[in-house]
Amino acid sequence: MIGTLVPLQSVGFALVALGAPAIVLTRDLLRLVIVNGFYGLVLVVLFVVYGAPDVALSMLVVSTVAYPLVLLVAISRVRSHGRET
Amino acid sequence: MSRRARIVVVLPALAGLAALLAWSFTGLPGFGSFRGPYGILLNRVATPERHMTNVVNATTYDYRSFDTMGEEFILFAAVIGIVLLLREDDRDRRAEDRVRSEMVRSGGGLTVGIGVLVGLWVVAFGFVTPGGGFQGGVAVASAVLLLFAAVGYRAWSTLGNETVLDPIEGLGAGGYVAVGLAALASGLPFLTNVLGPGIAGTLWSGGSAAFVNWSAGIEVAAAMLLLYAEFLEAHAVPVMRGAS
Repeated sequence: MIGTLVPLQSVGFALVALGAPAIVLTRDLLRLVIVNGFYGLVLVVLFVVYGAPDVALSMLVVSTVAYPLVLLVAISRVRSHGRET
Repeated sequence: MSRRARIVVVLPALAGLAALLAWSFTGLPGFGSFRGPYGILLNRVATPERHMTNVVNATTYDYRSFDTMGEEFILFAAVIGIVLLLREDDRDRRAEDRVRSEMVRSGGGLTVGIGVLVGLWVVAFGFVTPGGGFQGGVAVASAVLLLFAAVGYRAWSTLGNETVLDPIEGLGAGGYVAVGLAALASGLPFLTNVLGPGIAGTLWSGGSAAFVNWSAGIEVAAAMLLLYAEFLEAHAVPVMRGAS
């Protein structure tokens, strides 16, 4: 069990370590929403590997659907207001 | 402030943060060490005592169901706040907002059904496998939201509106309290698990906590859908107005 888990944990951590700077370096807001969603999925993998499937389930839906929706709506509102003025 | 001045200000702060972080890492307990006697205790007693194989939900919906009721009403109050903030009077829904790609419509429509089923399954098996009312409820709500993405605003708004969702949310929040009061009525403390523990590892486990779990699932699903509905209205209605 431990023999298969340690490589998985390392891969999970590596992906998280790559994902965080990817978010910081993304400047376009729409792309940022997508990258952030993928980062959430990477965290989900990490939670599963560390034996927290309950947290992973919540994170899965919140990070890939609920939060991106709020962000998208906020971005579209700001942009449409910007066009009017 | 010039770029140079910013760097001069931020570098000592970063160095201090790094030093504190390194210091706190040296004080961390060893990997895998766990100091939570309550968790160890629950892991031992939950399955023999309550016949629930998912100890996380045995804690949230049975041993500590009173705390979860508080959490449920935090969500309830938060959603009410957002609905009040985003409420608008003049609405113009004549404009069309439809997805024209047949692939997206049929594929997405299928995904809605599958997603809702998976969500309900996650709620139902909350006391057997990881999952439960919160996770399942959010999954159901997100699957229904796909109606907007795959079919269009009009198809979504037949379901995603306050007239449909308000009573469902009330049912979920009220149902939780009703299960608690049922225990009081039979002479036991509030939210005591009055029904038998059932058979471990099957849907017939959980006793009255199963009803608490479903109430939470219904409440969370409706609350999330209300949130989506309010946000989409703030988004879709102005966009459609601009298009017409």
